[in-house]
Amino acid sequence: MSAWAIRAEGLQHGYGKQLALDGIDFKLTVGARCALIGPDGAGKSSLLGLIAGVKKLQRGNLEVLGGPIEQRRHRTSLYPRIAFMPQGLGHNLYPDLSIAENIHFFATLFGLSRAERQARMANLLAATDLTRFAERPAGKLSGGMKQKLGLCCALIHEPDLLILDEPTTGVDPLSRRRFWELVEQVRGGRPQLTLLVATAYMEEAEQFEHCLMLDRGRLIAAGRTAELARVTASGHLDEAFTHFQGGAAPRQALLIPPLPAQSAEIAIEARDLSLRFGDFTAVDKVSFAIRRGEIFGFLGSNGCGKTTTMKVLTGLLPASAGSARLLGQPVDAGDLATRKRVGFMSQSFSLYGELSVRQNLELHARLFDLPASEGRTRSQALIERFGLTEHAGDAAGALPLGLRQRLSLAVAVIHGPEVLILDEPTSGVDPAARDDFWRLLLELSREQGVTIFLSTHFMNEAERCDRISLMHAGRVLACDTPAALQQQFAAQDLEQAFVRCLEQAQGDSPAAPPAAVAAATAGAVPLQPGFSLRRLRALAVRESMELLRDRVRLAFALFGALFMMVIFGYGISLDVEHIAFAALDQDQSPHSRAYLEAFRSSRYFDERAPISDAGELHRRLQRSELKLALQIPPGFGRDLLAGRQPQVAAWLDGGMPFRAETSRNYIEAVHLANLERLARESSPTLAAPAVARLETRFRYNQDVVSVHAIGPGVMALILAFIPAMLTALGVVREKELGSISNFYATPLTRLEFLLGKQLPYLVISLLNLAMLVALNRLLFGVPFKGSGLTLALGGLLYLLATTSLGLLISAFTRTQIAAILGTVIITTLPTIQYSGLIVPRSSLEGGSALMGHVFPAGHFLDIAVGTFTKALDLRSLWPQCLALLGFFLVASALSVWLLKKQEV
Amino acid sequence: MNKLAHIFRLGLKELTSLRHDSVLLLFLLYAFSVAVYMPATGSVIGVHHASVAIVDEDRSLLSRRLAEALQPPEFQIPEALPYDQLDAALDSGRFTFVIDVPANFQADLLAGRQPALQVNVDATAMSQAFMGARYLGQILQRELLDYSHQDAAAQAPVGLTSRALFNANLQGGWFLALLQIVNHITILAVLLTGTALLREREHGTLDHLLVLPLTALEIMLAKIWSNALVVVICTWLSLELVVKGALGVPLAGSLTLFLAVTALYLFASTALGIFLATLARSIPQFGLLAIPVIIPMLMLSGGSTPLESMPLWLQWLMQFSPSTHYLSLSTSILFRDAGPGVLWPELAALTAIGLAFFGLALRRFRSSLTA
Repeated sequence: MSAWAIRAEGLQHGYGKQLALDGIDFKLTVGARCALIGPDGAGKSSLLGLIAGVKKLQRGNLEVLGGPIEQRRHRTSLYPRIAFMPQGLGHNLYPDLSIAENIHFFATLFGLSRAERQARMANLLAATDLTRFAERPAGKLSGGMKQKLGLCCALIHEPDLLILDEPTTGVDPLSRRRFWELVEQVRGGRPQLTLLVATAYMEEAEQFEHCLMLDRGRLIAAGRTAELARVTASGHLDEAFTHFQGGAAPRQALLIPPLPAQSAEIAIEARDLSLRFGDFTAVDKVSFAIRRGEIFGFLGSNGCGKTTTMKVLTGLLPASAGSARLLGQPVDAGDLATRKRVGFMSQSFSLYGELSVRQNLELHARLFDLPASEGRTRSQALIERFGLTEHAGDAAGALPLGLRQRLSLAVAVIHGPEVLILDEPTSGVDPAARDDFWRLLLELSREQGVTIFLSTHFMNEAERCDRISLMHAGRVLACDTPAALQQQFAAQDLEQAFVRCLEQAQGDSPAAPPAAVAAATAGAVPLQPGFSLRRLRALAVRESMELLRDRVRLAFALFGALFMMVIFGYGISLDVEHIAFAALDQDQSPHSRAYLEAFRSSRYFDERAPISDAGELHRRLQRSELKLALQIPPGFGRDLLAGRQPQVAAWLDGGMPFRAETSRNYIEAVHLANLERLARESSPTLAAPAVARLETRFRYNQDVVSVHAIGPGVMALILAFIPAMLTALGVVREKELGSISNFYATPLTRLEFLLGKQLPYLVISLLNLAMLVALNRLLFGVPFKGSGLTLALGGLLYLLATTSLGLLISAFTRTQIAAILGTVIITTLPTIQYSGLIVPRSSLEGGSALMGHVFPAGHFLDIAVGTFTKALDLRSLWPQCLALLGFFLVASALSVWLLKKQEV
Repeated sequence: MNKLAHIFRLGLKELTSLRHDSVLLLFLLYAFSVAVYMPATGSVIGVHHASVAIVDEDRSLLSRRLAEALQPPEFQIPEALPYDQLDAALDSGRFTFVIDVPANFQADLLAGRQPALQVNVDATAMSQAFMGARYLGQILQRELLDYSHQDAAAQAPVGLTSRALFNANLQGGWFLALLQIVNHITILAVLLTGTALLREREHGTLDHLLVLPLTALEIMLAKIWSNALVVVICTWLSLELVVKGALGVPLAGSLTLFLAVTALYLFASTALGIFLATLARSIPQFGLLAIPVIIPMLMLSGGSTPLESMPLWLQWLMQFSPSTHYLSLSTSILFRDAGPGVLWPELAALTAIGLAFFGLALRRFRSSLTA
């Protein structure tokens, strides 16, 4: 076995025309611990993605754990040996699942036996101090806990290579410390574990023996960290980095000008502010006052209520108790004037991903009512100031995390606000850019008197604040200048003060270091090749749990179907009745009245107020108030008696041709009845008998009751839409929210992934089918004459087909909007128009006929109507069943083909 | 003034987002071209291209003559079918009508023995069964009378001329093309804005908008105008290029008035979409909530199935659906050339529904965010 864990030669990677990585060469021995540092957008995430096999290799040679990563067989064998934790707080976790369920899911994907899983999970939970919270949903965890859980999920299969992409970004110092302790414990138990970590914290990078420095897609230095750091006199890694970057002049140390003469004016004030969500108190009687021009720092563990407090101050959330004042005004969600004086930056990236950097800035300039020219100049100035010039035309969503944060900041200050509320503004931003940002903040504060309220996890930033407050579990523990706090906790530096303060508050000493993690277990379980029912089941179970916990979605799926069945059962009818008609009787004789009487007494026609002239006739038809106007000419009676065959005119509304045609049929029928009446009246002996009898037999539905034909047909309609909609978001939602990376990084095959997503929805849809059949029988009294087994089989095949159609759309689209819209647009036409519900499929022509045959709804309509009303079974309906099966197979094959196992 | 500028700018942002979703644009293109053209040419509601078979046990001149009497476009050329396959042919749905001419039919007819001609109808083919049977019967009767040299029509004491206004030849395709456009407008209006709104919420951009000096009203109006603009342009192009151009439908009425009414309808249905989005907590929920709202709006608006035949409670319910009024307005304007003077009651109803949904959506908009 090779001594190299990773060997890269001439790696190159690009997105479109842009090169993210160029000419990367390095080697890493097995068991090495290596840090990857570099500014935002240097290509760190791309490099890690390539090594993890999550991204498709474009150019160069890359060997990972003894084999080329581009070789599919080797890559497949690597899944159980590599663990990859992507960037972002808990992006690859499932928020509706509890901690234990999340770990369970990953354990099953990697084929762990129950005993192994339980042992390892207990071990990891104990080590991460998460045992107490095992049943808490991941979505309700703090950022630090999410990262610890992410690590548990990554470590559950005991990998040989652990790749972490900025795991501690946005995590508070205490949690960060615990996180690295955990990693160390794991390494203690597994010396062969190679560790590759991208980080924005230089002090973290200094703890690793090896270091890779990446800048603008190029590797500028690689080697032992200690040696690299020695190139500058200070021995600091960040200065070494600047040196390798091209020997730019060492950065000026950031000087903090003293706060000018204290102004007494209070810019932000909170008094006994509390916010409760149900039983949970997120913010508990928080009080502070921030003077104008002050830089006030908010520190605290993840999830302690910092963000919530900030949201209350901006009016996004209403306070449960206490008061908050901003610039002397009580916070009021409706107060637009105050909002203009405040700049806010939320923790998660919240700009428009599709818009370019410049467009985002200019849009906000306009929304803050800056004149167009000023907006442009300010945008340009900020683009330069924040080092975004190269990216000004790029879509904001495509930027790396650090650059996105810079853009968010630029947007927050575009309108020159008097107060800035910044929620972890520098999280994920590289040190050099952070210093630049602080220069701007200091300038704003000291020269322009802008009040700045920010939260941060960086201690060196906290030290730069005029005052800081430490928050924990919704309460403010301490609030003073950094120096005073350091004194108060008798600490050497602020970080120690922070940790001590938190430990006091939590009332526990540093968690007793648990035994080295997983020392005794067997390591990675070799992967069983090919399709695995276990993995499929794991995915299906996870998907079902998510569905079952989303009661609203479940209810919509079930009741939506019932609701549609009821209103369509009553509503869809092709019997044309109650045709609104009126007469323009220009004769007003007994004969004309007798003629019209026949229409009045017909159940097909409803009479409206008579018409007085031709103009009115046209108008009333135009307004659609009448569907039919009968015009009886002057002298009708006289002409009739004289045998001059007077002509009655029937004016039909041709706007809806089908109805007009039906009406015409009825009119002729009534007219014929009139003729018969006249014939009887004129000569008692009947006219010549008919030459032949015409026997019309209405089969299957003797009384032509609409619902008997419509009811079973409507099932085909409903079961096209709801199952497809259930699965349509399956893949694309994971793409949009980020959890798709688990599919890239685990042994899940494409077929397992798709079928696992399909199964739970298939079950729900079968339940729907059963309910609809019951409704047809019980509510509408449609007799069931054929084979129930055939209906069940046909239904199963139909639901397989429609759910796979949803998945196909999901695999094809890139956004949830497109998936939802596409599903309805693609399903509507063939289901309503071509399924045979309204127009028999045998009458379709051309493309319509083709779509009618390809799309599954028509086949199931045949099966449903056939088994319900025609007493048919599989002997006659097998072609339809085959067609449905074929559709399912083709759609699934296409989805497998469209779904990629690696990112570009 | 500033408010208008905000609404304008935010709307432009929506348009940029739309432009970047190429798959979405592909669906739009399909919805307003292929999906309008195809049904109009290939699937006409009513007796059109109906499938007929003849079981000819007589094999006489008369039986052949009866078969030849059935002609396109109403009927397909009848296919000959052996007697023993009659049931199977109807079971499979291959034919909607099967005519059975018994042996010695011609001879019996000439001998005045009043033989019976049997027409089997698949009564599950709802739109054709009843009307088609009548129509088929008339044609066969006329043929039989002709054959036996009797002319009934000339002796009728009263004549009837029926004329269809606005669409003299009752071409079903015209209406179907319009119906497809109306359907797609409904789908787009409700889904596009609702999903876009929820997506902003999931991505946190809505929070961001709400701390800007913008009111909920501005945010909503921006979404409405931008989405409405896209759909109105699609509709206009579709009418000009597909309906008038490719299908050659003569549109009698004012296109401008129609597009204005479309904009009004979009206001109403988009507001409905936003309202639904405020009821759902995630996009998957919204998708499932939207289906039982949209599909009935499409199916029961009077285009696919007549309103008059529905139970009263349902007719009453459908009066609250903007699609019912819009479909009726569309046919009145485009086919009947009706003007605002005639249409004002429906216009008022549509406006009232739009304002009601808009008011509801606005009320829930901010409160649903904090919940």
